[in-house]
Amino acid sequence: MSAVFARLIASRLFWPIVMLLVLFAINLIAFPGFFAITIKDGHLFGSLIDILRNGAPTLIIAVGMTLVIATRGIDLSVGAVCAISGAVACSIILGSPDPANGATVAVAVTVALAISLVLGVWNGFLVAVLGIQPIIATLILMTAGRGMAMLITEGQILTVNSPPFKAMGSGFWFGVPIAVIIAAVVFAVAALLTRRTALGMLIESVGINPEASRQAGVRARGLLFAVYTFCAFCAAIAGLILTANQTAADANNTGLFLELDAILAVVIGGTSLAGGRYSLAGTLVGALVIQTLVTTVYTVGIPPIATMVFKAAVVAAVCLLQSPTTNQALAGFRRRLALRAGKGIAAS
Amino acid sequence: MSSIQATDLTGASLGTRVGSGIRSVLTSPKYGPVLVTAVLFAAVFVVGGIRYEGFFSGQVFLNLLVDNAYLIVLAVGMSFVILTGGIDLSVGAVVALSTIIAASLLQSGWSPGVVIPLILVLTSVLGLAVGLMIHVFQVQPFIATLAAMFLARGLCYVISKDSISITDPAFVALAVTRIPLGGGLSITPSVIIALVVVLVAVVVLHYTRLGRTVYALGGSEQSGRLMGLPVARTKVLVYVISGFCSGLAGVLFSFYTLSGYSLTAVGTELDAIAAVVIGGTLLTGGYGFVLGSVLGVLVLGVIQTLITFEGTLSSWWTKIFIGGLLLVFIILQKVLTARRR
Repeated sequence: MSAVFARLIASRLFWPIVMLLVLFAINLIAFPGFFAITIKDGHLFGSLIDILRNGAPTLIIAVGMTLVIATRGIDLSVGAVCAISGAVACSIILGSPDPANGATVAVAVTVALAISLVLGVWNGFLVAVLGIQPIIATLILMTAGRGMAMLITEGQILTVNSPPFKAMGSGFWFGVPIAVIIAAVVFAVAALLTRRTALGMLIESVGINPEASRQAGVRARGLLFAVYTFCAFCAAIAGLILTANQTAADANNTGLFLELDAILAVVIGGTSLAGGRYSLAGTLVGALVIQTLVTTVYTVGIPPIATMVFKAAVVAAVCLLQSPTTNQALAGFRRRLALRAGKGIAAS
Repeated sequence: MSSIQATDLTGASLGTRVGSGIRSVLTSPKYGPVLVTAVLFAAVFVVGGIRYEGFFSGQVFLNLLVDNAYLIVLAVGMSFVILTGGIDLSVGAVVALSTIIAASLLQSGWSPGVVIPLILVLTSVLGLAVGLMIHVFQVQPFIATLAAMFLARGLCYVISKDSISITDPAFVALAVTRIPLGGGLSITPSVIIALVVVLVAVVVLHYTRLGRTVYALGGSEQSGRLMGLPVARTKVLVYVISGFCSGLAGVLFSFYTLSGYSLTAVGTELDAIAAVVIGGTLLTGGYGFVLGSVLGVLVLGVIQTLITFEGTLSSWWTKIFIGGLLLVFIILQKVLTARRR
């Protein structure tokens, strides 16, 4: 029994899941109908559905970010890529004679995604070929990217009126929000590609020791290109969902601070920023923790302006709980406890 | 004949020696990037002077200092952190927090003589907390300072959502005072404060044990520990220094804007990091100068000024230019340091 418990505590998912359950409990106390899911007009409604739907963009980016972080990298440019993809899609839809046409939207989405691939290759080039530190390499696109997005929108907020585009953000398919379906597909594709093939292991090996994996014949350069491109692609999808939800592209604010949320989701999920072993399931839990946190602030009635203080507290708590120092202290405490129990048995 | 040949030879060898000396200075990871930044700054200034009437004046240069005094202080603090191989993302939010604390306390009648030291103590304590989190709990600097950033921004909103203007006579006096330098040139008290901070930082980094330890930590933390250097104390202290500098930068910023606002200085941490990188400090730590960071700030400032003088360029070009400049510098650093190895 205690062995099972010890293994549970040692699991990297333990503290994030505890955090999620605590947040759920707080919500349930503040709002007894929290877990209720009802069907209205053939759509699913409820707090949990809202958490999933609003958390979808963060989750999508966090999935891409997980793979980048696993290679000992980081991608700060995802927020800017969100803004660019939204700006590109909206300007194409606005420029077309028939914004409501499905084909127009398809073209806009395809072009936006294609541009994101170029941006991802650019990041990959800086990191893999020029060997620039990832945090700085992506800082370039983070700074310049917002400028490019503003160049595309010419400093305006582009409002579009296109039902097919809007559906990406707030539509439903068989009662399930489309944003959630997209997130699920991205998550499943990433999980299958990296965990059902050797790809995930190769990515981890690059993160653990780039030099050793190169000598073992792993093509680190190609892998780095792939993860940065995938991450930018994920960011573009998230940007399209966000823009569709607001039906407007705002070059300044779309995806602002989203890179930080995504990195947090990954770290809360137990993937180390030092690279190596990663956990997509952990990232899922991390993204849910962050979104539930925001929801909790509203249900509990904490003034929304205090959200960031609350977020800081949770981030600090999770990081401190996961830190090696705390784990050692806890392990020492458990050992002493076990020792005392053992002595007690011996004495009686 | 032979003697002439001999002098020729020594002349040639002197020439090559000077040439290789220049090359080794330019390609050294220590001096190369700083020199390149200095050359670039001069070049941009000259280009501006040729293109625009009235650009090539002492006051335009001094205005760079006046407008960027707070950023210079921030970049100094950031240099300490980056020299140890860390990073501080919280500085922009701490600047905003300082301005809003200053504005709200002054509004409720506190004296500036109490408010300013209080802000500096508060931000230093926040830096201390971050430093302890990084050292004792081994949280990565990126995440620990991110949490501090959320905390500082959140506290801003809690204190006040609206912009509070500062009407305190002492603050207003400090904001509008111009110190004449003769010849129609003038600077603000903020510039003097910023320059004093730079001077102190240079002395600390190059003439004290703390400074040596900061460089040693950036070179190799493990070696530093084996050499018996006070690794723990130094690692925590650089974040305290960065916190203090952010607080001071916030005070200078509130002199500059005469208001406190929770949304102010968003993204300033990136400007500070960019200035440090452009100034030639390696992000892995160990190499770099505070004066380089000051040059980095001036380069950012002169680009802003150029775009203002150009007039027709929209403000978002600034971002694209800074991004492009960052790229050029990083590639340059890469090339310079790669040759060495």
